[in-house]
Amino acid sequence: MPAQTAAEQPGRARHAEHVMGTVVSFDVPAWTAVPGADGPLGRAVRWLHWVDATFSPFRVDSDVSRYGRGEIPLAQCAPELAEVLGACAEVSTRSHGYFTATPGGRLDPSGYVKGWAVERAAALLSAAGSAEHSVNGGGDVQCAGGRRWRIGIADPLRRGSLALVVAGQDFAVATSGAAERGAHIIDPHTGRPAAGLASITVVGPGLALADAYATAAFAMGNAARDWIQSLAGYEAFAITPAGATWQTGGFGAYLD
Amino acid sequence: MRRVILAVTGTIAGLVALLSFKSHVPAVPAAASTGTGSTGAGSSASPSAGASAATVPGEFPQGSLAGKLSAGETAVNGHVTDTAYGPVQIQLIMKDRKIVKVAVLQQPANTIHDIQIGEFAFPKLISETLTTQNGKIDAVSGATYTSAGYIGSLQNALDHGA
Repeated sequence: MPAQTAAEQPGRARHAEHVMGTVVSFDVPAWTAVPGADGPLGRAVRWLHWVDATFSPFRVDSDVSRYGRGEIPLAQCAPELAEVLGACAEVSTRSHGYFTATPGGRLDPSGYVKGWAVERAAALLSAAGSAEHSVNGGGDVQCAGGRRWRIGIADPLRRGSLALVVAGQDFAVATSGAAERGAHIIDPHTGRPAAGLASITVVGPGLALADAYATAAFAMGNAARDWIQSLAGYEAFAITPAGATWQTGGFGAYLD
Repeated sequence: MRRVILAVTGTIAGLVALLSFKSHVPAVPAAASTGTGSTGAGSSASPSAGASAATVPGEFPQGSLAGKLSAGETAVNGHVTDTAYGPVQIQLIMKDRKIVKVAVLQQPANTIHDIQIGEFAFPKLISETLTTQNGKIDAVSGATYTSAGYIGSLQNALDHGA
């Protein structure tokens, strides 16, 4: 499907890029969206496609696939793979094994890669001079500067509705749940689909960690409340299958 | 003060999004004027404090409701929009500046893909619009959607000018 670019308000541009099995939506200053691939937006988009080609476990020729099959050593992979695996190991330790880069026994660091790639795409735009942009990777959002961004949290129990709105300036919002792709997050300790929560949203400064934490927290279920509470800089809001909600102590600062 | 504006724009998301939010534009369906068929929603728009979303049943009638309007209701037809899946056109029924019903005038109906769009994504797209008439948001966070799921997402609507 072709990528689409639509103008919104003066001086702003929106762009939706199909990549990494989802759609990454950009809200950027219009000047970053110069035609062709050489402007700041074009470079950010190119970065996402490079990440997809390098890290996708669904592409047999990606570095992740080849390294996972033992065909090439880490040293022959893109250096970013070592960086990502190191970060995955760190989150895995920090989450007591609820986050893993080898779900089902196969190398698949996607639970970290998407948030990391989107956070870095946003950083590329900042480095290019954009002072106000957001990048939404299939429902996980990194916001940078400019305005006070208002991010709606999808209600997992009522399709098409928002559960609440969070707001902030330089911050990230990641949500894990089963509403879009079914019960795809496995509790690595039981091998069964996690079912304790309908969805959990993690907010904090960076999307790489917010996304990975959200994945681990979803697998963890209600125990994630104390776990996220113990992490510096990140807060969580959860909705249970029965419709009850809870939030960590500092989450209120993000409520709109 | 919130006012509801209606602007049926040129994309599938634009079908929806429109409904608006904290707009400064006082009123009415300027952008809907090239829609085919009915109506005259055009006039006298006044501020509608807090324009809350009316409750709309979960199914969307096929075909125009223009002949079946109750008192105070106005039908506004959107542009026919060419999507990757075929032409789409919706009709919004307004009352007191709120959307009270949505009908589908045209939607793709050929392939499996089209059916999915018609039966799942499209209604979802509409219902999302109806439930977000309050307050402008910049993006939506939720369980990761697939490429296909994006079609019916509110984020899609936002990306196309909501």
